[in-house]
Amino acid sequence: MTADPLIQLRIMQFYAAYASCVNDGRYGDWPDFFTETAWYRVVARENYDRDLPLSTLSLKGRPMMKDRIYGIESTIFHAPYYQRHLIGLPMILAASDGRFDVEVNYTVIRTKRDVAAEIYSVGRYIDRIVEVEGVLKFEQKFCVFDNDIIPNSLVYPI
Amino acid sequence: MTRNRPTSLDATIESPWHDVGSSRVPSAVYTDRAIYERELDRIFYGPHWSYVGLEIEIPEPGCFKRTAVGERSVIMIRNRKGEINVLENRCAHRAMRFCQERTGKVKTLVCPYHQWNYNHDGKLLGVPFRNGVKGNGGMPADFELEDHGLNRLKVAVRNGVVFACFDHDVESIEDYLGPDILAAFNRTFDGRKLVLHGYSRQRIPGNWKLMMENIKDPYHPGLLHTWFVTFGLWRADNESRLELDRHARHAAMISRRSEKVVSNVEEGVTSFRKNMELNEPLLLDIVHEPWWGRDTVCMTTMFPNVIFQQQVNSLSTRQILPLGPDKFDFVWTHFGFEDDNAEMTERRLRQANLFGPAGFVSADDGEVIEFSQEGFEQDKNFTTLCELDGTSVGPADHMVTETLIRGMYRYWREVMEL
Repeated sequence: MTADPLIQLRIMQFYAAYASCVNDGRYGDWPDFFTETAWYRVVARENYDRDLPLSTLSLKGRPMMKDRIYGIESTIFHAPYYQRHLIGLPMILAASDGRFDVEVNYTVIRTKRDVAAEIYSVGRYIDRIVEVEGVLKFEQKFCVFDNDIIPNSLVYPI
Repeated sequence: MTRNRPTSLDATIESPWHDVGSSRVPSAVYTDRAIYERELDRIFYGPHWSYVGLEIEIPEPGCFKRTAVGERSVIMIRNRKGEINVLENRCAHRAMRFCQERTGKVKTLVCPYHQWNYNHDGKLLGVPFRNGVKGNGGMPADFELEDHGLNRLKVAVRNGVVFACFDHDVESIEDYLGPDILAAFNRTFDGRKLVLHGYSRQRIPGNWKLMMENIKDPYHPGLLHTWFVTFGLWRADNESRLELDRHARHAAMISRRSEKVVSNVEEGVTSFRKNMELNEPLLLDIVHEPWWGRDTVCMTTMFPNVIFQQQVNSLSTRQILPLGPDKFDFVWTHFGFEDDNAEMTERRLRQANLFGPAGFVSADDGEVIEFSQEGFEQDKNFTTLCELDGTSVGPADHMVTETLIRGMYRYWREVMEL
């Protein structure tokens, strides 16, 4: 479908801002990209394709997202790493009444200390974006990853 | 078939142990390739049952799942009679690992290289050009289809859980587990129909035994895992007991959640957060299920390759697939029960956030295993110190002990003759 070029541009800018947030590690700002009751889900493609409901991470609502951020910043012990998101061009699948169903490819490169960068997660976002008081927010964000095996652990949001 | 490596080579391994006990494990036990090869032979391909999957993963005849026992690829498949076979994924002709899909449904198993064709029991059904073409070629006169089936493992199915073993002389699964560990198994798997929720797969750069140790170690959860401590899911002061089989190779850690956690009884436990409150209490919306009895958690380590997890409402099997001495894949299969209502299914899925590669508590475990492995690699003369509560092996009614780890290594030394 063809969406209004202006909204396409705004959606692209929205993804660029999201990438910047998670790349810079500004996790305190991360829940602000979502509506109050949004569903954020990281799910293996294997489960998604077979309609198996298990997620690697499934956070429903901003309060649960805030708990996750508390977890990654204060409770989960892990080796430090940077992550770099390369997000492709959003494909707008449907648009009506300020809601946009969007699919977009992503790659996350992880760089741990002392070692070379590595491809960490590769897949697509299957998202629903809504406009709330002139601001775009995710109402649903599914990160469906192709990589069959997670390299040890997944701590930060992707 | 079990011992498939020449014993002359195998016999050259010198024991890396510095003493006769099992409380000080040398680095080589985690890093040495020859020791690892002997583990594959004697443990994974010897008379030990390995978990391969759940019956519900292959609901109908012809349905299969590819997995592995040790490093050997196997196919769990249901035949026309509804029985489950576990067949080695290796064509009898030219060794092709012919099955590449992870799951599927087939009429027969066909190796695409030369179209050798096997039934669900691994029996060779036919070979193209067996009798030659226009009088030329073909298989020798003494070639018999029945001599060239797929390698078939011994299989045990107990209450929906499937185990396999390369050694057909292995004892029954019930004898293998022993009465106490069998009771822990039966507590979750009592014959109720299971429902598959999905998989998590992670590759952990550490020796496979470190994961077994992690779940035989009741010392760490109340220290490393802030969530467990703060919300009372696993604490040193919770009522608990540790059980083993007579060989001390398997174990169960069983405990009871504290209803109210007001302060930290353990001095110096920095992972306790007095002021930590959930923004979303639903994350720990625990509903007691009648089959638990009084216990809220039961973690069973079944030697050598599976952990059965019941931690409050979250249920999983965690399968270990070793990939050399320094890494393994860890496959989580989450499930529920057929009589779960929608709320309970949702609750199990929500509590799954605590576990797996991104879990609030389990993400740490993969990380600490990686760093332990790094330590073993950097100092080959190192030995661990697993002497919390002494050097003996036996059941306990508290958590301040490393007895289960010592038990596993006592058995390991016997089997490995090191």
